[in-house]
This record gives sequence, C-alpha cells and structure tokens, in this order.
Amino acid sequence: MNGFLNWIEQRIPMMRVANQHAIQYPAPVNMNFWYVFGFLATIVLVNQIITGIWLTMNFEPSAERAFFSVEYIMREIDFGWLIRYMHSTGASAFFIVVYMHMFRGMIYGSYQKPRELLWVFGMLIYLALMAEAFMGYVLPWGQMSYWGAQVIVSLFSAIPVIGPDLVIWIQGDYVISGATLNRFFALHVIALPLVIVILVFLHIIALHEVGSNNPDGIAIKHKKGSLAEEDKTKYKIHEYYTDKYDIADDIVPFFPHIVLKDLVAFSIFLGGFAYIMFFAPEMGGYFLEHPNFEIANPLKTPEHIFPVWYFTPFYAILKAVPDKLFGVLAMFGAIAALFALPWVDRGSVRSWRYRSGLHTWNLIIFAIVFIFLGYLGGTPQADWKIVASQILTVMYFGFFGLLWIYSKNEKTKPVPERITK
Amino acid sequence: MSNVSVDANQSASNEQPQSSNRRKFLTVATSVIGGVGAVGAAIPFVASWNPSAKAKAAGADIEVDISGVAPGQLIRVMWRSKPVWIVRRTPELLASLEGIEDQLRDPSSEQEQQPLYAQNRYRSIKEEYLVLVGICTHLGCSPQHLADGAFAEYAEGVPEGFFCPCHGSKFDMAGRVFQGVPAPLNLVVPPYQFLTDTTLLIGSDA
Repeated sequence: MNGFLNWIEQRIPMMRVANQHAIQYPAPVNMNFWYVFGFLATIVLVNQIITGIWLTMNFEPSAERAFFSVEYIMREIDFGWLIRYMHSTGASAFFIVVYMHMFRGMIYGSYQKPRELLWVFGMLIYLALMAEAFMGYVLPWGQMSYWGAQVIVSLFSAIPVIGPDLVIWIQGDYVISGATLNRFFALHVIALPLVIVILVFLHIIALHEVGSNNPDGIAIKHKKGSLAEEDKTKYKIHEYYTDKYDIADDIVPFFPHIVLKDLVAFSIFLGGFAYIMFFAPEMGGYFLEHPNFEIANPLKTPEHIFPVWYFTPFYAILKAVPDKLFGVLAMFGAIAALFALPWVDRGSVRSWRYRSGLHTWNLIIFAIVFIFLGYLGGTPQADWKIVASQILTVMYFGFFGLLWIYSKNEKTKPVPERITK
Repeated sequence: MSNVSVDANQSASNEQPQSSNRRKFLTVATSVIGGVGAVGAAIPFVASWNPSAKAKAAGADIEVDISGVAPGQLIRVMWRSKPVWIVRRTPELLASLEGIEDQLRDPSSEQEQQPLYAQNRYRSIKEEYLVLVGICTHLGCSPQHLADGAFAEYAEGVPEGFFCPCHGSKFDMAGRVFQGVPAPLNLVVPPYQFLTDTTLLIGSDA
C-alpha cells in the first residue's frame, strides 16, 4: 500500500497538496463562527453543480418547452421536485452565506493589506454569482423570469449611444425570446460555472498564500527568527510556511481542527436548509416568486415586479435615482465601491475589535442600511419608500466616504502582539 | 473539558491522547452517521434516472382489438416504442411448423425468450394467434414478413417466415430462429393475455 502511494506521489503530488493546503495548513486558533461561511459556500457550490447537472437532464431550453419541462421535472421525474428545490433553495442559501462571508471580511478587515487580491477575487466570484443567479432565474420561463430579464437587460439601454443596439444583441431578438433563453442557458450551465470554479480556486490559492485572517486581525506568521522556540507552534506545519516565517503558537492545523468545526456548522446549516426545502421551498415568495408559477406572457407585466431578495438592495438604489443613466451607474457603483474597499480603508488595524467606535457604528449602520434597502427594493412602490431609499442610498455610499476619511488618522486601541497572549 | 487542551498538546507531540477510546468512538460514530447521510442524499439522484411517470405511461400495457384480423394477416402495433406483430395463422401454416424443426436452432423454445405459457411449438397462448416483438435478436433491426412463397428464396421449402434485411437472420412463423444465421435466439414473445376472444392486452399477463 505504501509503495503504491509513493508511486502515485512521485507522479502527482497528492499528499504534498493535501498537507500544504489542509493537514499542515496553519489556521488561527481563534477563528469563530464567522469563519464557517467560506466552507458553507463551497458546500453550496457543490450542491448547485450536482443538482444543476441533474436538472439539465430533463430541462428543455426553449421558449415553447422550458416552462413545461420544469413542471415535468416537478411532477413526473422521481424526486425531480427535491432536486429542483435543492437547486432553488441552494441559490438563496448561496447568497446568505456569501453575504455573511463578506460581512465577516469587513468587520475583521480581511480585505486589508496583504489580502487585497483575495478580496477582489471574492468580489469577482460575487459578481459572477449574481450573473449566474440572474440567468438561472430566467430559465423556468415564468412571468418573473421574463419580466425580470426584461428589466435587467434593459439596464444596458441606459448606456449612451450603443445602449439600444446592445440590448438587441444581448437578447438576440427584438424582445426577450427563446434565443435569449437559449444563450442564458448555455452561460448558466457551462460558461459561468466554469468561471466561478476557476475563481474559487484562485480565491483559495490567494488565501493560502497570504494566510487566513482572524477575529483579532493580527498575524500568526512572524518574521523568520523573530520568535523564541517556545513561542512557535508545536504542530507540524508544512515547510512552505515554516521556511519563510516563524509560525506562532496561535494556530491549529486546518484539518481536522477547523474542518470539524465547519462540519458542526454544516449540520446546523443543513437543518435550516432542509426545513426550507421541505416545508417552505418558496419561502413565502422570497425564494421563488409567485408570479413565476405562471408561464411567461410578453403582453402582461405582473402587478408588482421585483428581483429575488438577494438583488433587492441594488434594485432599491436603482429606483432611488430619478434618472435612467445615473440610476444604473449608482447601482453598479454600489458594487464597484465594495471592490474598492481595500483602498478606501486607509487604516492599518484590521479588526473592529481594536478600531474606533465610529468604525464599529459605521459597519453596523452599513449592514442595517443594506438590509433596509433590500426591504425597500423587494416590496411594492410607495411615495415614502422613494424618499427612504434615496436617504439610504446616500448612507450606503456614505459608509465608504466616512471610512476613507476617518481611517487615515483613526484612533485605534493597542493591538496585541499574539492571539493567545 | 480540561481534556481538550491536554489532547491538543499530546497529539502535537504525537503521543496517544488519554481519551483515545472516546475519540475513536466519536470518529466512528460521526463517520457512520455522515455515511448514512451521504447514501441517503444519493438516493434521489439515482432514483431520478428511472423512467419518469410520463415514460411509464407511454410504456403502459396496450389493448388491441383483433376482431378485424383475417386469417393469414399480420398487423403491427407499437408497445414501448417497439413494433409488436400479431399474426393470425392459418391451420395449414400451423401444420407446417412441425416439419421444419430440424432446421431450427431452438425448436422447443428452451431459451427464455417467451413467458411460460408460450413455451410450446406455436409459441402462443392460442395456436391461431402469434404475438411477437418484431426486433431481431441479433442487432436490433426489425425483420420483414415474407409470405406467399417469398420466404422460400431464403429457406428452401418454407413458404413464409421472417427475414432480417440487416444481416440475413431468418425466423419461422412462430418466431423461431433458423440454424446458420447470426441471430442467436428466437424472437421475443411479450407478456400478453386475452381479455376477450378478440381483445389482446400486451404488456402484462393474467
């Protein structure tokens, strides 16, 4: 057996990779529950890929057949309903864990130097995920699929000069049609999943190069030769890390310690996931909107039209601006601002534990603003809501503006040298 | 809980932890439960490859009215997207089946290509009516029905039979395969039953 494993190892470095990236990867010992969402996002990604493959086995991507083929999956395929609900619940679950994952990065400063690219890769995943989710939502060809696609694709018509032609090019027709559905299907099942998987790979490579952050936001890797022998970790850590740094006695190996903690979170997550999937797959119209149970009708817009919940904060920003072009710009600007976060924040203390009270409140208010924008974007229009979403839009961007200003000379608390001391 | 920190230090120095039995039990228990979960999760994915309700409906039993079939006539019906032949054989034809048995590979239908009730010389419930799946047992072509002496070209002295145009396999009017052809087995007799004297149900037996 050992001979066989060596034979393999000499040809493909399986154990070396497993050691470097899991068994002998140093993870800060103080990682808390906020650190489970990356693992959960990976699990959900696997769920989406597997259930997605199974759905394509019976889905028919044409304007004539798409809606009925989804009904066919729901009613006539053994467990088709379960596989579809795993996929649709998984889509919302993906955004829940990704939003938690992103907020974790914000409160503990995981985007700061040297993790800028790690954050940017994460944002690219988020962007690809939004495109993936949008196109996936078009495929069942219900009323919300159709009119949602209509609204999102029309956003591009706001671009000066080329806008209208660009929309026709994206649609492949003068309206959203079977041609649009077919290309969205191709992008949804092949192109974007490939992009997402590659980005996730890069995200993890970048993470393991710079090392995991932690709730204290302080490094576990110290300059070579700067730690006394008794301050170094007693665990076996891969040479890749120990050759370059002294690893403090503040870590545990990722496998099995962190993985086991993640599995506990996974079982709790699975409980919630299964509950929604079995008892509330539509989640009161938030995960699967009611108008989507009616086939796409180009002559009749549903009474209320909003995107699925994970897009509604940005949708509220779009609606808040009383100008087509600037509304679109504000919406994309809201995402671009997140991309720029590593450079907006000019501070050097990472975790909110050691930053100013202003920073803590800025983060909390930002989270509340984001949720409240989501509420405004996901409920029927009203006059007060326009004013409210305008105020909240200003507050959304205000977070970044304030951060840029106060982070330059922020009054921070003293940061400990070591996690465990 | 003081064990925890002790364990961490000890496993770091590669010694046996004090609570190794407890740990072993927990590891096995977790693995078993996880394994059960994984198998459970696989069930829907495996099961969804079974024929769907639609396919099952399309593959359901079919009723055939044979009151209009004249003696000597062959009709074709479709069952599970396969051709099924129903032949009303004349007494002369039935009488001729015995005489050619020395040319056949499996004249008494010993291979299980038919339900038990069709394991006879005529391979049928009622001698008069032959019911066959019209798919050659060689590579799946549908043989031609050659009557009125046309079959004699392929089998001397046998006026009627089935000839497969793909690779030349030959079958008699009970679907029995001739010797010296590529097809190894007799044609398949599907499960069927007579609901009335003139109504057949193909797909299930009584």
